[in-house]
Amino acid sequence: MKSFNYKKHNDYKWAMTVDLDRCDGCGACVVACQAENNIPSLGVEQTQEGRNMLWLRIERYIEGSYPDVKVRFLPMMCQHCDTAPCESVCPVYATYQNNEGLNVQVYNRCVGTRFCGNNCPYSVRYFNWYDPDFEGKEKNQLNPDVSLREKGIMEKCTFCMQRIRRGKDNAADEGREVHDGDIKPACVQTCPTGALEFGNINDHHSRVSKLAHSGRAISLFEEKGTHPSVKYLKGGTADVF
Amino acid sequence: MSSNNVKRSSDAVTAGGHGDISLLPELEAFRDPKSKAARASYDDADIYRDEKSFNEHTLAPMFTTSRAYFVFVIALGIVIANGFAWFVAQTFLGMGQTNMHEPLFWGAYIATFVFWVGMSHSGTIVSSILRLSQANWRRPILRAAEAMTAFSLLVAGMFPLVHVGRLWRVYYMFPLPNQRELWPNFKSPLMWDMMAIGIYLTGSMTFLFIGLLPDLAVARDKAIRENNWRRHYLSFLSLGWRGSHREWSVYNKASMFLAVAILCIAPSVHTIVSWDFAMTMTPGWHTTIFGPYFVVGAIYSGIAAVITLMISLRWIFKLDDVIRTLHIDCLAKLLIVIAIIWTYFYFCEFNVVWYSQKPEEWGIWEWQAERFGSFLWIMVGGSVLSIFLMSWRKIRTNMVAMFFITLLVNVGMFIERYLIVVPILSHRDSAYMWTDYVPSVTELSIIVGSFAYFVLLYALFLKLFPIVTMADVKEGVIVSGDVKLGRHAVRMQVKE
Repeated sequence: MKSFNYKKHNDYKWAMTVDLDRCDGCGACVVACQAENNIPSLGVEQTQEGRNMLWLRIERYIEGSYPDVKVRFLPMMCQHCDTAPCESVCPVYATYQNNEGLNVQVYNRCVGTRFCGNNCPYSVRYFNWYDPDFEGKEKNQLNPDVSLREKGIMEKCTFCMQRIRRGKDNAADEGREVHDGDIKPACVQTCPTGALEFGNINDHHSRVSKLAHSGRAISLFEEKGTHPSVKYLKGGTADVF
Repeated sequence: MSSNNVKRSSDAVTAGGHGDISLLPELEAFRDPKSKAARASYDDADIYRDEKSFNEHTLAPMFTTSRAYFVFVIALGIVIANGFAWFVAQTFLGMGQTNMHEPLFWGAYIATFVFWVGMSHSGTIVSSILRLSQANWRRPILRAAEAMTAFSLLVAGMFPLVHVGRLWRVYYMFPLPNQRELWPNFKSPLMWDMMAIGIYLTGSMTFLFIGLLPDLAVARDKAIRENNWRRHYLSFLSLGWRGSHREWSVYNKASMFLAVAILCIAPSVHTIVSWDFAMTMTPGWHTTIFGPYFVVGAIYSGIAAVITLMISLRWIFKLDDVIRTLHIDCLAKLLIVIAIIWTYFYFCEFNVVWYSQKPEEWGIWEWQAERFGSFLWIMVGGSVLSIFLMSWRKIRTNMVAMFFITLLVNVGMFIERYLIVVPILSHRDSAYMWTDYVPSVTELSIIVGSFAYFVLLYALFLKLFPIVTMADVKEGVIVSGDVKLGRHAVRMQVKE
């Protein structure tokens, strides 16, 4: 398996944990992600069509019937699978596994066959149905570190690739390895309850590594054999009313 | 090989070939003592005309054009122009013009693509099987079937271009040399698909062209004699065919070789198209039966389309004595067999899921039954009904009935392709993303345009090339004839 090799040959393998017991579904991460990654807001019509490009979305599942109703929240983003089903089906190598365990999307290479989206069990890949439309002041708040995507290509969560780059650059300038907590994707930085944790899973002392190896960690659709880099933590009651 | 050096005459009895002489009982199976006309319209291997008037008769659709034809072509042109306009709008504005959305990334375009690839599957397959099995009744209909393959493949090849998000970058999918040494991903089923269709298109075009050669020469001679404008391209395309012994022997070798090659390529093409779906891990698509199921489905819809087309041709161009009741009857028998196999495969696919009730797969069936219940009934019911109806020879030899039955089969098969793509993608693993989909005006216009495009290509072909396989028919006359055995006249044939 690829994931075993990472430990030998690569220093970093980025991973995330989502503590379902802590998530209260506030949606701050969704907004942060949208602002950080230049994701256009599509307006009422397109949203009703089901084309919202939320790289990180909060899935809300309602269980039971009144008065005994429970709502469960599941933050869902690209799982950065070690054996990613989206990669093998792309006819032009627009998506591939990089040597830090990230599943990378090359916007310039994508021709938009949308095969990757069909093969993703998590349905976390999004397509640019139209050119992004940033009006007026929206243009001023675009993140210069993130490229804008043209119509007709796929995109998805990158684990805030630009922040990972900056963190590694800073560490290299200071002549050291990246410390735990140096790099925080926008969602992790924003999460008020601290449900999200990000770090290098190859470093056994990192928080994310400890959490991912705790008994609470599960992967979504584990039976698919995709080996996701995102682990969900579930122990107590993940119920919020 | 047939002996083409034998002097041709319409009352040839037997040819002096070296092959074994055998009885073909199926040719004599149909005897209708009541009416000689019925016999003439059904019976086989003989043309009740001399060679010259046969040429005139079969070239008539090509050389005479009615006003209705022009009206028809213009009407088709308008439908195509409409589809093309929507396509241009979609390219400039974005794929949002369709009604697709996450996670339903493939919609009616891909369903139509699979439909057209399927349609292409019977023309050459039927043609090669009949050539190789030396079914004598095949002779007049080969060209019409082969042309159908070539044109439906051309139409199918259009759909990936309509479907991709960035049409202007589609050359990334070709293995072009470039400075960055970037190659297409040969692990992707789409890549296999592109190659398979490329090979199949090349193969079937060559097959069509090689088969055309002797007939092109006949048409060329006529065009030159009558100083028709067609002489220019006909004399170029017929490659200077003179009908020498060597030319015939090369021709026979080439068409036999291509028949075998096509027979190997064709099933692989639709298997690979099925792998576009089956190779993914999407529940509902990821099944082992998809390969054979798609191939059979393709041949099924293809043969039905061949029959529809034959009946139309025979009606429009008064070719009753060339495309005879016999041909429709024989093709219908073939269709019954394929329809039974297809229905069996469909049953297999359904049955295992139903019995195991595995939630992610059975959920799709429930979803499908809830939303597309009437479609399901048209598809399965149409198939069962057509098997049932075609069991009677009276219906098999009734052109109007066969026309509508085969049309029903193809409506069902279009629905089948739609149901393979849409309900499965709208009911993915992640329950949060379950969705619904109806094609938009853009998608429907382009799809309707594609049907018109196919008909237009075929209509133009009819006016530019001979539609009846004249050389094969004449060969049939040479290699067979009536021989008196006792009191009975028996049709005999020299095996090729």
